[in-house]
Amino acid sequence: MPEQLFFALEVILNGLMAGVLYALVALGFVLIYKASGIFNYSQGVMALFAAATLVGIMDGQVPFSHLINAIFGTNVHHFGWHIPALLGILLTMGVMVFLAWAVNRFVFKHLVNQEPIILFMATIGLAYFLEGLSDLMWGGQLKTLDVGLPQGMNATLDEVTFNLFGYGFFIDNLDIVASIVALILVVTLTLYSQYSKQGRALRAVADDHQAALSVGISLNFIWILVWSIAGFVALVAGIMWGAKSGVQFSLSLMALKALPVLMLGGFTSIPGAIVGGLIIGVGEKLFEFTLGGMMGGATENWFAYVLALIFLVFRPQGLFGEKIIERV
Amino acid sequence: MFYREAGDFKTSYVDDNQTFPIKFDRYRYYAVLFIAFAIIPFVLNDYWVNAVFMPFLIYAIAAIGLNILVGYCGQVSLGTGGFMAVGAYSCYKFMTGVDIWWGGELLFRLPEFNIFFSVLMGGVMTALVGLLFGLPSLRIKGFYLAVATLAAQFFLVWMFNRVSWFYNYSASGQISAPERGLFGVAISGPNAPAWAMYLFCLVFLAACAIIARNLTRGSFGRKWMAIRDMDIAAEIIGVDPLRAKLSAFGVSSFFVGISGALFFAIYLGAVEVGEAFGIQKSFLVLFMVIIGGLGSIFGSFAGAAFLVLLPVFLKNFLVGGLGWPTDLAAHLEFMIVGALIVIFLIAEPHGLAQLWRVTKEKLRLWPFPH
Repeated sequence: MPEQLFFALEVILNGLMAGVLYALVALGFVLIYKASGIFNYSQGVMALFAAATLVGIMDGQVPFSHLINAIFGTNVHHFGWHIPALLGILLTMGVMVFLAWAVNRFVFKHLVNQEPIILFMATIGLAYFLEGLSDLMWGGQLKTLDVGLPQGMNATLDEVTFNLFGYGFFIDNLDIVASIVALILVVTLTLYSQYSKQGRALRAVADDHQAALSVGISLNFIWILVWSIAGFVALVAGIMWGAKSGVQFSLSLMALKALPVLMLGGFTSIPGAIVGGLIIGVGEKLFEFTLGGMMGGATENWFAYVLALIFLVFRPQGLFGEKIIERV
Repeated sequence: MFYREAGDFKTSYVDDNQTFPIKFDRYRYYAVLFIAFAIIPFVLNDYWVNAVFMPFLIYAIAAIGLNILVGYCGQVSLGTGGFMAVGAYSCYKFMTGVDIWWGGELLFRLPEFNIFFSVLMGGVMTALVGLLFGLPSLRIKGFYLAVATLAAQFFLVWMFNRVSWFYNYSASGQISAPERGLFGVAISGPNAPAWAMYLFCLVFLAACAIIARNLTRGSFGRKWMAIRDMDIAAEIIGVDPLRAKLSAFGVSSFFVGISGALFFAIYLGAVEVGEAFGIQKSFLVLFMVIIGGLGSIFGSFAGAAFLVLLPVFLKNFLVGGLGWPTDLAAHLEFMIVGALIVIFLIAEPHGLAQLWRVTKEKLRLWPFPH
């Protein structure tokens, strides 16, 4: 049976890696939710938008070229330059910061004090808008994103495990990089929110809006800051997903998986997002591996949601969420 | 001038409780019914039926259903597409005769149902499934619930894709509506005349709207609204949350199921589940409810009409008028719909229905507003 056992182990490892990617998207949700109480449905589309923008900038595409061509009858499409990945990422970050400002200025400034569910629906609208905008700016075709991340199977790991156990583990290089990046991201974010001045303000806002306002913290600034950070997280997630499966519409659907991750981990907890992501990643791979074949396959489509649903019935606040207390 | 209650004396409680207390409204309502039933069927052609009327009628039913759940009972659901699929597939099974298998043998087969009852059964089965997925709503609230309903969406679509019993073991995995008729006129299938399909859907819409309107006016509706406004407070004053929430899920799913059945059997004719009932459909119906007006039956009509007409208009204007490529128009449509949702939530959270209400208030005083 060791063959089977090793195979199951490999499935679990791959599940962990997939879970890291879910956790990356979920992280963005948690950040915004903690700071502003907005459950940002558009986080996945933000990842798509960021990835598409990065590809567009690096390839020197003219934004809105289709629209311009249609209106003026011109035929522009590329500036004709190529921008190195690092500069491209910086420029994209600029776009995401601008987006953060615009979203706060034009949408959420007008929705202060609304019910959470209204804010949630507004972010669904925002998601649609961004989806259309991303396609309109950079075209709707499948784009390949190449920022120089290693791809393909990790040969060393395969060799080492083969020598040790007589069974070579198949792990994608990209997944390893993604896990390392996610780890760095989480550590940085935790340090930032614990020890920096803005981080402290951020936590104050998350605790109590009005108290934070009264000690002189600018809510406006904090919200733009937190949306920018979420934009950055979305960019990282977009790069990872995009490098893995290309930048296309389905990327935003994959990002939807972050929702059950969140529900499992609790909306307010950063470690919860990570643990939830890992549970979902491993769970769906294992389920597909053990029972999926019997049930007709492709159970990954719904497993995460059903798991979260069943889990929530028993623990509505998630694994690490704060207990929900309601008063009349 | 004409639009006021002055001089229209109510002498009984029945009169006092009618849906349209103002005479002008009442006559307008009869006029709309008359035009819809007796005039439009004679003047419409295939293009209008397929591009405008059928989607409008069918989505209006779905929007009414979702509005009961979201607008009246306050339980946000993103599973509408999945529930529509349940309606479509049960309608298909009842149309072609439900076969029950046990241990690899055909145990028995129900007779083929009439199309009218097939659609109704589509609604009933969906109501049962809706009740099942509504159960968690007793524990889960707000957007936790919204995400939980995504489980229904993805699971149901997957199930109809994978379990071949649902599509009668056809090789393509599609279901296609066989030709069925009522009173000797074909209603489903490729040979159905436009007016028959239109009238069939219209009958369902009218019935659904009347039922929904009266349910929401009565004790059920009041309980739903109490739960929506604050469920704990409602529970304390004696509203049973179990019955209120589950009845909202059941009734809402019933309507959504009927619309799904009509969408498949009458409008599309053949359906591939992931394409026709994907998550985009859930959002589309939710947007109709938001733009039309949360907690308003008229709003469901207005929202459905708006979101059915918008793409038709954009397509005719941008592609037909300005000669833009279609993909550009599609992207713009996404942006416009998204922006509209946000604008409506900011400027008029009660949607088109509220605009209509404000207009009516103004009309009441017109032409002497002071």
